[in-house]
Formats: sequence, C-alpha cells, structure tokens
Amino acid sequence: MSKYLSARDIDWPLLIITMLVCGVGVLQIYSATLGTAYHSSWWRQILYVAGGLFLMWLVLAFDYHSFLRYVPALYIASVAALLGTYAVGQAAFGSRRWIPLGAGLHLQVSEFVKLVIILLVARYLAELKTEALEIREMVILSALVAVPAVLVLIEPDLGTSLTYFAVLVTGAFLAGLRWKYVAAIAIVAVLVLPVGYSFLKDYQKARIVGFMDPERDPRGTGYQLIQSQIAVGSGGMFGKGVTKGTQTQLRFLPVPHKDFIFSAFAEEHGFVGVVFMLAAFFVMIMRIVQNAQTAPDPVGMYICMGVAGLLLFHVLVNVGMVAGLMPVTGIPLPFMSAGGSSVWSSFLALGLVNNVRLRRFVN
Amino acid sequence: MILPVDPNLEQQLSDKPPLRDDLRRAAGKIAVFQYTGVVIFLFLISGFWRLQVQNPQFYDERAQANSIKSVPILAPRGRILDRDGRVIVDNHSSYTLILARESLKEEHLKPIAQGLNLDYNDLVDKVRRFASRPKYEPIVLKEELSPAELAFVDSHRDFFPELVKIQAQRRLYPQNGMMAHVIGYTGEISESELDDPAFAKYDPGAVIGKFGIEREYNDVLMGVDGQRQVVVDNRGQVREVLKEKPAVPGKDLQLTIDLDLQVVAELAMEDKNGAVVALDPRTGEVLAMVSRPTFDPNKFAVHIKSKDWQEIAQNKENPLLNRAIQAQQAPGSTFKPIVALAGLETGTIDDTFTIHCPGGATFYGHYYHCHLKGGHGAVSLHKAIVQSCDVYFYNVANKLGIDKMAFYADLAGYGHVTGIDLPGEKPGVVPSTEWKLRMFRQKWYAGENISVGIGQGALTVTPLQLARAYGGIALDGQWHTPHLVKGGKDTVKEWTFDQKNWTEVIDGTCGVVNEGGTGVRAALPGVTVCGKTGTAQVASNEFTKGKSDKDLKDNAWFVGFAPRENPEIVVAAYYEHGAESKFAAPIVRDVIKAYLDKKVRLNALKQEQQRLAAMANFVPPGIEVRR
Repeated sequence: MSKYLSARDIDWPLLIITMLVCGVGVLQIYSATLGTAYHSSWWRQILYVAGGLFLMWLVLAFDYHSFLRYVPALYIASVAALLGTYAVGQAAFGSRRWIPLGAGLHLQVSEFVKLVIILLVARYLAELKTEALEIREMVILSALVAVPAVLVLIEPDLGTSLTYFAVLVTGAFLAGLRWKYVAAIAIVAVLVLPVGYSFLKDYQKARIVGFMDPERDPRGTGYQLIQSQIAVGSGGMFGKGVTKGTQTQLRFLPVPHKDFIFSAFAEEHGFVGVVFMLAAFFVMIMRIVQNAQTAPDPVGMYICMGVAGLLLFHVLVNVGMVAGLMPVTGIPLPFMSAGGSSVWSSFLALGLVNNVRLRRFVN
Repeated sequence: MILPVDPNLEQQLSDKPPLRDDLRRAAGKIAVFQYTGVVIFLFLISGFWRLQVQNPQFYDERAQANSIKSVPILAPRGRILDRDGRVIVDNHSSYTLILARESLKEEHLKPIAQGLNLDYNDLVDKVRRFASRPKYEPIVLKEELSPAELAFVDSHRDFFPELVKIQAQRRLYPQNGMMAHVIGYTGEISESELDDPAFAKYDPGAVIGKFGIEREYNDVLMGVDGQRQVVVDNRGQVREVLKEKPAVPGKDLQLTIDLDLQVVAELAMEDKNGAVVALDPRTGEVLAMVSRPTFDPNKFAVHIKSKDWQEIAQNKENPLLNRAIQAQQAPGSTFKPIVALAGLETGTIDDTFTIHCPGGATFYGHYYHCHLKGGHGAVSLHKAIVQSCDVYFYNVANKLGIDKMAFYADLAGYGHVTGIDLPGEKPGVVPSTEWKLRMFRQKWYAGENISVGIGQGALTVTPLQLARAYGGIALDGQWHTPHLVKGGKDTVKEWTFDQKNWTEVIDGTCGVVNEGGTGVRAALPGVTVCGKTGTAQVASNEFTKGKSDKDLKDNAWFVGFAPRENPEIVVAAYYEHGAESKFAAPIVRDVIKAYLDKKVRLNALKQEQQRLAAMANFVPPGIEVRR
C-alpha cells in the first residue's frame, strides 16, 4: 500500500475522451456564435476548461472521505446559496438562476449543488446498516434531496432539479431498493404528477405540450423543438460542414452554443459526427462505471455511479431534446455546452471519480 | 507528478466500519445500469437515424424553406407622358410598415408609437382588436413612411424586430381628378379577372391597369417583376443573395394629349358636368379629353378604401363614367350639317332650296316648334345652319326619310364606336327602319323623321363621335380614327362628295360663329372659327318622372374647328344640363384659343432660335476668324 498517489493512476483514457469532447465543444461554440455578440464564448470556454482541469486537480488533492465528513456543512451551505440565488439572483429568460460575480460572470449555484447531492447520497447509502434500502431511509434521503431540488425548481429550473433525482434514483437502485417500493413510488408519481403539473410555470407546461405536439403552435412553444429537429435532420449523413449549418448560422436554432449545441453539431457534422460524439459520451460514462466497479469501498462506488447517473441523465435529456425525443427542459450538455458553471461542476465530478480511482488500491 | 497525500488517510481508513458486501451485491445492479446506458444510447442514436438518415430530404427542404426566400423585385410601371414629353403619371417608391405580431412585445408599443408619431392608445386598441386573429396576420401600422420614420425603423431594427417594412411602387396621378378618365387607374387583379383568359398571364396579387389608358395599354406599361432568392435569418434580415432575376421595367407611354390644352379644357369644365374632346382632325390625335364630374385615381392606387369606393360608386352623378366616350346623348342641332350634307348629296335639296319659317310647322298632323318662336322668315340652307332653323330641317328630314339620314350619319361615324384606344367606348344610336324593326319589332313612322332631322328622337352620339364627325367635315370628308397614344395606327375613311356641298355646309358653320349666328361666343380675333351649336332635350317624358329641374334642363353642345382653311383642331363640348348651347361655345373657344396661342408662341420661339443661330455664324467685317 502506497502513500503516494501517482499521476499515472489518473484515468487517462477518461480524461482524453473528456478533453476530446471539450475540444469539439469549443469548435462548435466557435462555429455557432460566428458573427454574433456571443462570439467570445469560444475562448471563454477554453478558459473554463482550463479552470475545470485545475479544479479537478484540486479535488484529487484531498481524499474523498474527507469531503464526506463535510457533507452536512456542504448541504446547509448549498441550501443557503440556493436561497441566496432566489433573493439576489439575476433574472434572465424569466428565471433566477445566476448569482452575478461581476465582469460578466454569473455563478449558477444549482450546478455545483449537484456535487453535494452526489456526496450526500453516497454517504447516506454507504452508512446504511440494513440489507436493503428500507422505505423509511428512502423517504428521509428523498426529503434531503427534495429540499434543494424544490429550491431549484422554483427558480424555475425544472431540468437541473431533475438531475438531483437522477443521482438519487441511481444510488437508491444500487443500494437495493425493493421492487415493491419501486412500484409504490411509480404509483405515487403517477398520482402526484398531475398535481405537480399544475404547480409548473406556464412556460414549463407549454414546453411539455410543445413536446407532445410541436406542430400545434409552430411559432410558439413548439418552435425550439421543430427548429432543432430541422437542424438535425437537414444535417443528413455527413453534415453541412463547420460554420455551414443554415439553421445554426441563421439563428433559427435557439441558443446553439448552449442547450442546443448538440443540434448545431448534428447539423454541421451529420449522423456520422453524432455517432462519434455519442460513442465518446458512452465510453466516458462506461469508464466512470468501470471506476465504480474498482472502487475501494461502497462510498466510492456510490460517488462514481452518482456521477455516471448524472452524466447519463444529462446526455439523455439534452441529446434527446435535440432529437425531439425529450421535452425542452433546458439543461446543458456536459463538457460541450458553453458556460463556466456547467464545465466546472462537470470537471469537479470527474475529479471525484478520479479521486476514488486513485485510491482504489487502498485495500 | 506527485499528488499531495492526506497524512491522516491511514488513520481514517482504520476508523471506518467494516464493509458490508455492498460492492459484490451492487455488481449485478451496475450491470443493469450498463445495459440501461446501452439502451439509452441506442434510443438516442435511433432518434438521429430517423431524422438524419431516413428523412434528411424532408428536413433539408424545411431548412431551406426557413432560410431561402423568394422576394419579388417589383418592376416599375411605365410613366405616362404628354405629347411634348411632360410627365403626367409617375411612380414613387413608398414604404409600408407592418407589425409582425409573432415577435411583438407589449412594452415596445410605447416607443414605437413615439417614434412613428402614432397615437399610443390607438395603437394599443389596434393590437387588441387583432388579438383574436391568427398571429401571422400582420397589422399595417403606417403607409407612405416619411424619411424620418424610415430612419427610425432602420436604426431600431435590432430593438424592434416586430417592425417590418415593405416596399411598394405607387402610382402618382395628377391631382383634383385631372385626366382621371383618360388615364384611369391601377389596382390589384380581382378574382373574376383572374378567371378571364385575357389575364391568365398575371399572378394573384399583380397590380394591373383597371381603367382608361392604364388598362388599354397595360401590357406596355406593366413591366415584368424580377425575383431575388435570398438567404434570411430568423429575423428576416437578408444575409446573402443567391439568385437575382432583374425586373424589366414597363415602357413609358407618350400620349397625344397636349397638357396645355388639357388644362384649359379642365378649367373650362370646372363646376360643370359634361365632356370636352379636342382632336387634330388631320391625324385623329386626341389633344384633350375631359369628363366631369371626375374622381381622384390616387385613391385607387393598389387598394381603395371601402369608404372612398362607396363615395364614388354611389354618387348619382356617376363620376366613373367617361362622358367623352360613354355619354350617349341626342346631338341636337349639331346634327343639322349632316342632314344638310345628306340632302345636298342625295339631291333631295339644292342650294336654292328655301322655306318659310313661321316659328313652327305641322307634319303628319303634329305641330313642331322652331326654337325661335317668332320664326326665321325666308330661310335658305346657309341661313338655316347659321340660325339653326328647325323648320328648315324638318322639311329636309321629311323629304329625305330616315334611311338616307341614317346612311350619312353612319358615314359620319355615328352609331358605331370610333375605335379610340380606350376601353368601354359606347356606340350611340342611329335609328333607321331596320334598327327599329330589330330593336322593337315595329315599323318606322314617317313622323319620326322630323325630330331626327334636328338631332332628337332616338338619335344619340358621344362627344368623341361628334368631334370626329366635324373633323371629317372640316377636312372635306377625311375621317381619321381618334387615338390617344403617339404613333398609334392612323386609319382614314374618305368620302368623295361634291366639293360644292362641302363648301356650302362649312360656310354655314362659319356663319354660325362669325355672322351673328348661334355660336358667336366661340369667335376669336384673327382666326376663322367654324362650329355648330346644339341644344338637346334630355329625354322623352317617360324618363323624366321624379327628376329635379336641373336634371331636366337641356344639354348644351358646341362643336367647333379652326382655322377654316386648313383646319388643325376640332373641339366638341358637351355641357350636361347646360340649358343653352351658347354656354357650351366658350368652352370650345377657350381650347381653340389655347391651341392657337401655343402655336404662335412656338413659332416665335422658333424664329428667335433661328435668329440666334444666324447671329452665331455672323462675323463682323474686319475681324479675321482664325481656324
């Protein structure tokens, strides 16, 4: 057993594939913002990625078990920060998601809270004493996750709040949630869903309706879905070429460098490019799962799987939305979408995975 | 790279509780997660497969429909010029501003209203009124944008994407309805016109000539619209021009109208109803044509407001009627010279034929008045024309019979259209035994001859026919087809009559103006104007019920030509309900005077130019010109 943690033990294939995704992301941001006011996004993204790498290295410096000790503090800080966002947050596109940091930078607290949720779920599940995850424990954990999730939901940011539950569901599944509870939760969800729907903001309802029937109001809520599908479909097998996508360049595609970056990518690089990128994401997630399998202890396994579940959910929802398979929920594609908060929280998550990996030979 | 290591790590690890067999139990579930991942990625790829591999054409077409737009380049319509090349009808580009409600933001309405000098409350009301309509239906904010308003729209393009300006070519017609009937107007092609094979080449929405010259020469005036294929972005801003087919502008059209004369004729008809037609009898060129009441063709440009249309269409005086070619009225005494010619040519009368006029005469048991109650006494042909003695012409008509009169009326061009290049010309009526049989299945009664002899009865003519007829008489039997466009086809009809007969009748018309006849008001110093008056009863009793006094007043006619030798201009004036023919004479006089004055002016100008040209070549003696 070594006291030394070697850089050699970092998951280099995972890091390389991540950097590849980031590189494609920067290229796509460059292309999608060409000739717009957002064109500085591409070099900002490079800085964000560099910053992300630094943060990842910082996370590696401390044993992940030491983070677990601070989970209660981190949790309380998260809830406080989300409340703070709601109080002083900057309203944009009708929601308060960002805390202004000055110099045109905005901090999206909810992105970083994801990491706290991963640690919270991991620690809670790892400390269980029972064979299977009992309903009482599940309810307590759900409640703990629900507090920040609801705060994010009322920002309103439905997509990000759902990512918290993605982490919870992944963990609960691995911890051995009984099937009858799964069924019970499903029934409750079905009963609660219509009630929940009535609590959604109008624009969120419109998005769901728009997803069910995008042609109903093609100039309204269905617009983004339709335009994204047109962009993707018109890309064809090989795409229209970098900076040649008409849907992207002529701005028929909404926010083509952020939530819809994969749509812009699909338009300019075609099905071949899409398969390549999805393969990259698949490999990325499977590498993380592999790290979970080799984790030294359950808590490490839960951390890795939490990250894997989070990323899988992000890819499913974001890429699914782009292809018209999922409603518009407005969550970024990790490592690709422009934006510091998303890039940094993703790299921090990667840092956690590598942290676990570096310490896999502990036992 | 060596990473820092937590010194307490080992301590921590040893503190941990013993491991559950979580890892082993979780292994199976991790596999489930992996399979789920595979399924999710296959699901995603299947979505892209459906879009990008199975239906790329479908989406490619929609992407192109998004961004590639065909924008028509409107071809300017040809201008309409007068005979001297002066512009009568011009175009001007105008911008119409529309509000695209799809991208409308309520809070923009106030600054928009301020920038465009619109009333804010009106604007809000307008937007509310449209609230229930589909979003893609735009609101027209303002037509004919001023340069300041255009600048406002252009400079705020990024702030107010809902403001869209569209360019349109508008027709600029003379003000106050001047020449409205001749020029006509344009308008958007109607549904019924689209069904007409004559309009098959036009697209819906095309702006075509609807009336007058605009309609008759639509093919010349109307250009061919071009088309521009452009790439637009999501706000409709043009990013790139892919293809451009330039517009072919319409050709200018030069009319035979002389604006100087036209203006005089228009002024002479001010506050009167009726028509004036001035022709050059030698060519058939129409020098002036006026019809009153008139309308403002500018109101018809592209779309007429329904209020304006009602006002024009429901006007009892019918301003849309071009009286110069569509008013079919009894010619009254202006018909007498034709009756005289018929009498002389057929030998029914000769220049010695004289009657006594006691102020009336009885034919077929019916007493017919002469317009002069006291009678004209002994009347020769010359005196009969000069004094317009009715009794004389009752006698001639009685001798001639209807069919001979009809034959000569027909030769003079009555009863059929002159063929002028304007739509909707009316033929008038020349009654005959055959006509009556055809129209009423009735026999002609000899008594009907009498009133036709003085231009009454069923006989009707248009002012244009009258001008043309007298132009032919003035030229001893040369009838040119009237036309409005320079270089138009000039067709001539000629009769060869006995020269003596022409002279006799023309002498009579000369006396009308110059020998104290009924047309003395048409006399001009220094030139011999010939002419003939006419006072025509409006209609027989059956048509007069329920009409006001004014409507029952006689129509006044005067037709004159000048100079007597080598006639250059013939003018017919029809003064609706003008009561007495002497009121029509000054109209004709004014137009002829304007024509002659202009000729004098042009001659003087020509001489002056010749003098100056001669001076330029003059070298004073003793000066050597170096070459």
